[in-house]
Amino acid sequence: MRVVIAEDLTLLRDGLTRLLEAFDFEVVEAVDNGPALLPALLRHRPDVAVVDVRLPPTQTDEGLKAAIAARVAIPGLPVLVLSQHVEPLYARELLTDRAGGIGYLLKERVSDVEQFVSTVNQVAAGGTAFDPEVVAQLLARRGPLDGLTAREHDVLRHIAEGRSNAAIAGRLFITEKVVSKHINSIFAKLGMPPSDDDNRRVLAVLMFLDA
Amino acid sequence: MRVAHRFRTGLSAMADALFAIGLALLNPGVLALWLAGLVLSPVPVLGPELLGVTTTVVRWRADLERGLSTRAGVPIRRPYLPQPAGAEVGSRRWLKWVVTDPATWRDASWLVPGAIVGAVLGVITIAVVGYALIGVLLVPLWLFLGDIWFGYGVFWPTADLGEAWLALPQGMAILAAGLALAPLLRATNLRFGRLLLAPTHSAELRLRVAHLTVTRADAVDAQAAELRRIERDLHDGAQARMVSVGMTIGLAERLVRRDPAAALKLLAEARAASTTALVELRHLVRGIHPPVLAERGLEGAVQALVMSLPIRTDVTSHLPGRLDTPVESAVYFAVAEALANMSRHSNARSGWVLLRHADGVLFVQVGDDGDGGADPERGTGLHGIERRLDVFDGTVSVTSPPGGPTVVTMELPCALSSPRT
Repeated sequence: MRVVIAEDLTLLRDGLTRLLEAFDFEVVEAVDNGPALLPALLRHRPDVAVVDVRLPPTQTDEGLKAAIAARVAIPGLPVLVLSQHVEPLYARELLTDRAGGIGYLLKERVSDVEQFVSTVNQVAAGGTAFDPEVVAQLLARRGPLDGLTAREHDVLRHIAEGRSNAAIAGRLFITEKVVSKHINSIFAKLGMPPSDDDNRRVLAVLMFLDA
Repeated sequence: MRVAHRFRTGLSAMADALFAIGLALLNPGVLALWLAGLVLSPVPVLGPELLGVTTTVVRWRADLERGLSTRAGVPIRRPYLPQPAGAEVGSRRWLKWVVTDPATWRDASWLVPGAIVGAVLGVITIAVVGYALIGVLLVPLWLFLGDIWFGYGVFWPTADLGEAWLALPQGMAILAAGLALAPLLRATNLRFGRLLLAPTHSAELRLRVAHLTVTRADAVDAQAAELRRIERDLHDGAQARMVSVGMTIGLAERLVRRDPAAALKLLAEARAASTTALVELRHLVRGIHPPVLAERGLEGAVQALVMSLPIRTDVTSHLPGRLDTPVESAVYFAVAEALANMSRHSNARSGWVLLRHADGVLFVQVGDDGDGGADPERGTGLHGIERRLDVFDGTVSVTSPPGGPTVVTMELPCALSSPRT
């Protein structure tokens, strides 16, 4: 799988490259600044991009902006955004094109190497994966999700964090069938018509972010 | 010593009196020019420009008087309101600024009375000393001419050679009196000037408000910049290292069974990175509020600071108590800045720091025996110190003649908490 990395700190750029290569990813380019990112993404059209939010020269949200711009040019380009702090606001901006293939994680999640790599794969496959920290911040609010039962809340949280039905079943100690039942109930309560399951999952997460 | 000092003071006051007479001759011209400018100011384009020039001349003259006065020990501060932003010379806003500033009118009203007082007192000063010199010189002249034809002092006319000889001690006495009188007359002249040239109470308050506005904005800016720096340092430093430590350990975990040697290498790398992160955190903390400052106060913190310098530096301190935390911190960083400049630029072999608190003022000096020639206008170091101290109404000055020594003096009005027990 071909990856483009954008990270300005050499230490972390090299670490990420080493980590992903250890798992048989092919790092086609690793850039260290914002302006170089968009051309790199358009040139390589990677299977997934791993992007730091804050990049030179402005040291603001250059990485995020480039990621969003790249997804305008290449709809659905899978991007996993990393940051040292997470903001639900950024998560929502990343998802506004409703296309999926988006991840948004705290950088420190890379220390759980297996989990991190599986998240990269999931994003590359068009899934969504949001950091538990983002999810926790969102859950603290009230909104249209109040109609969900506690169990459905748990399930939705796991969907937002990017887990498959099987993984959710494992976490919650229930069968996959029960998970699907909860998911259908969630979709119904959120007023989403039956359609392609992946797409509905993204929409549910988006609704979760918008709530 | 005392006599010599008095003599010198008298002589300099004499010189000032001469100068004052000269300047007094200038004043009526300056006033006439300014009045002409004022009358012509409604004339489009040229009028305001002319008033601009003439007002500048008046202010230059008044500033000269203030400078002379301050040097002679009668300090006069500049009373002018701060120039509003974007008010260019000759513009409408500029005109309004000049005309509505009472100091403009007070300057103008001082010109002629000030000239009269300056000239009269100056002439008196010169005349007394001049008469004294005549008395001293008269006898030799008479002896030379072999004739005595008029009087001096109490003898008028001079009756015989005996009385003529007495002109000498009389002249000496008058000279002494004249030289003693000169500084008093000079002070009288300057005090009269101060009546009109110094800021009025309300101008004083307005200047104070303007100063506070500037220093407050500076303080807020500096604080925001400081917080931003801390955030950046954490983000790029310790935080990033900890992420890398986690990542390395994660990889090692994966490798530990398959390739224990490689895993071991990764773990060693992770340990090194965690140590570096700690070092960076420590540096960062020291830059925010040095622990030694919290623990030992200004004196101990400066001692600690000096130990890390490449130049041998002595610290003399007379601080019977602790300063307020904000002041302590500001002074610490100001001293650190001054010492950093010293070790960077001075080529000094040794330096010294003096900390003293007396009469509600903290007095700090940082000096060295280096090359001197430090230019306070150049470089940001001094400006940084100024900004730190300005918030507390502190001042900083630098003397650094070519060849040295360089001395940075800081003064801060501040209270001292109860002495340490």
